[in-house]
Amino acid sequence: MIVEIEALTKVYEGKQQVKAVDGIDLSVQAGEIFGLLGPNGAGKTTTISIATTRTMPTSGTVRIAGVDVVQHPAEARRLIGVVPQYNTLDRSLTIYENIYYHCRYFGFSHGQARERSDELLTQFLLAERRKAYPSQLSGGLAQRVQIARAIAHRPAVLFLDEPSAGLDPQSRLAMWNAVQDLRKEGITVVLTTHYMEEADSLSDRVAIVDHGRMLALGSPQKLKETFGAQTVIHLALRHLDQVESLASGLRNQSGVQNVEVVSDGVRVFSTSSEGLLQELVHAASPHGLRDIAIAEPSLETVFIQLTGRDLRE
Amino acid sequence: MNKVNPDRMLLLKTFLGLMQRDLRVLSREIGPFLLRVGMQPLLFLFVFTFVMPHMAGGSPMAATGVGFGSILLPGLMAVAIMFSGISAVALPLSTEFGITREIDDRVMCPAPVAVVAIEKIVFSSLQSMLAALAVIPMAMFIPATPVYPDLHRWWLLAIVMILSSLLAGAMGLAIGSIVSPKHIGLVFSIIVVPITFLGCVYYPWAYLDKIRWLQVIVLFNPIVYISEGLRSAVTPQVHSMPVWIVLPALVGFLYILVRFGLRGFLRRVIS
Repeated sequence: MIVEIEALTKVYEGKQQVKAVDGIDLSVQAGEIFGLLGPNGAGKTTTISIATTRTMPTSGTVRIAGVDVVQHPAEARRLIGVVPQYNTLDRSLTIYENIYYHCRYFGFSHGQARERSDELLTQFLLAERRKAYPSQLSGGLAQRVQIARAIAHRPAVLFLDEPSAGLDPQSRLAMWNAVQDLRKEGITVVLTTHYMEEADSLSDRVAIVDHGRMLALGSPQKLKETFGAQTVIHLALRHLDQVESLASGLRNQSGVQNVEVVSDGVRVFSTSSEGLLQELVHAASPHGLRDIAIAEPSLETVFIQLTGRDLRE
Repeated sequence: MNKVNPDRMLLLKTFLGLMQRDLRVLSREIGPFLLRVGMQPLLFLFVFTFVMPHMAGGSPMAATGVGFGSILLPGLMAVAIMFSGISAVALPLSTEFGITREIDDRVMCPAPVAVVAIEKIVFSSLQSMLAALAVIPMAMFIPATPVYPDLHRWWLLAIVMILSSLLAGAMGLAIGSIVSPKHIGLVFSIIVVPITFLGCVYYPWAYLDKIRWLQVIVLFNPIVYISEGLRSAVTPQVHSMPVWIVLPALVGFLYILVRFGLRGFLRRVIS
């Protein structure tokens, strides 16, 4: 196990005590791409900050390749690379120098640092922008420089915090490719995201977290199977007074597995929406049906199943 | 997997890497650096030791018997040292701690976080020393009556310069990590100006004996010991505080400010 997290908690004291991480246990195997999926405020960033020595845990331990991050932070930092959510490139240095001096901080000689920087600039298609300053780069390019810089000292694990936040779709795809290429170099990747597509298509295993707790863990495929990923059909209604009777009526409908009453209508779980839609519309119309939303089986529906909430809520 | 042992070589390399980074950044800013360092002593010497003596009733310190230039030289060196410490540490830190969090990559280097802060102090102390030395030739050429420093006690000058420069860097660190980036502009009016004017820069401490309460209060101002220390090293003809008081005071203030600065820095980068 390259990353081992045991009984991790983090409480922020203050006027309002906030339990950001509430007993998380997980371990990441060498060479895998591991996703922490959850809504904003679920404790993903705090977990990653603790694992990368930038936040002190309230209790629990994190070990990177056997090195305890609280006891030996300086050693742990040799084993990890970090790409934070925000752009932390050194604004006073060029792109090349950002990578070059990063290597120097990690003890590379001038020659080694120069060679490694040139190599990474080529690998990440940044060679033409080597003399540019971070402020002259687009979000996608800056993100690529940050990844290149983070792996410059050849860490065993790379932590990516919300890597696609603020990226346009094209840059996001480029970033996904870059992350997948890291696997070929044997770098383990731990990423946080609240985009379920990202967790689904990138990760070998996903941990779903909410309110500082881990709700489920497994490959995206396994999660969908275990939690009976179903099509979720959300029916928004104008008249909510008879909603209970609508729900019980719908439960007897063939193809419907479960029905939940939510604040603005009902949520229908089914194996597929084929043929069912017409029936649902018919049944819901007398209740003032005003909107229908269909979510095909995905980590999103797994999340809804687990928490009764939408990832975006 | 084997446990990685922290090795001293790596620590040294990391430290040197951080220094080289700062040197690179400074080398690009050499023009602004020289202006920042040179403008104040240049104008001070020009106005008070060249322009004023040419006017009727001239030198403000004419009655003391010692040329005002001799009093001003160590004082301006002290200001140069303190000013460099604040501009080289506090101002950059406030941006690096700000929205960009640029400091993060350096904090993530394979060394204890305190090393990053100590490097800031050491690098700024080099700038402080250059700034202080630059005042000497100005004092020889600008004043109507040139001031020649007495460098017989060069060892004392070296000790005072090193301690003072580190002290100024530590003060910069403490200010930069305690004051929020939003208020950093205020630092000049509420910290730098008072400690300069009440730092025995433009007058020796002994001359304050007529205003006893002020003479006692300024003892809490570290700049006093920088000015007086330099005074006894560079212009021994001007009466100054004894070295056996100045040196322990500089060490004491250095210790306090380093502790304060490191604590503030750690609090800023580790939550």
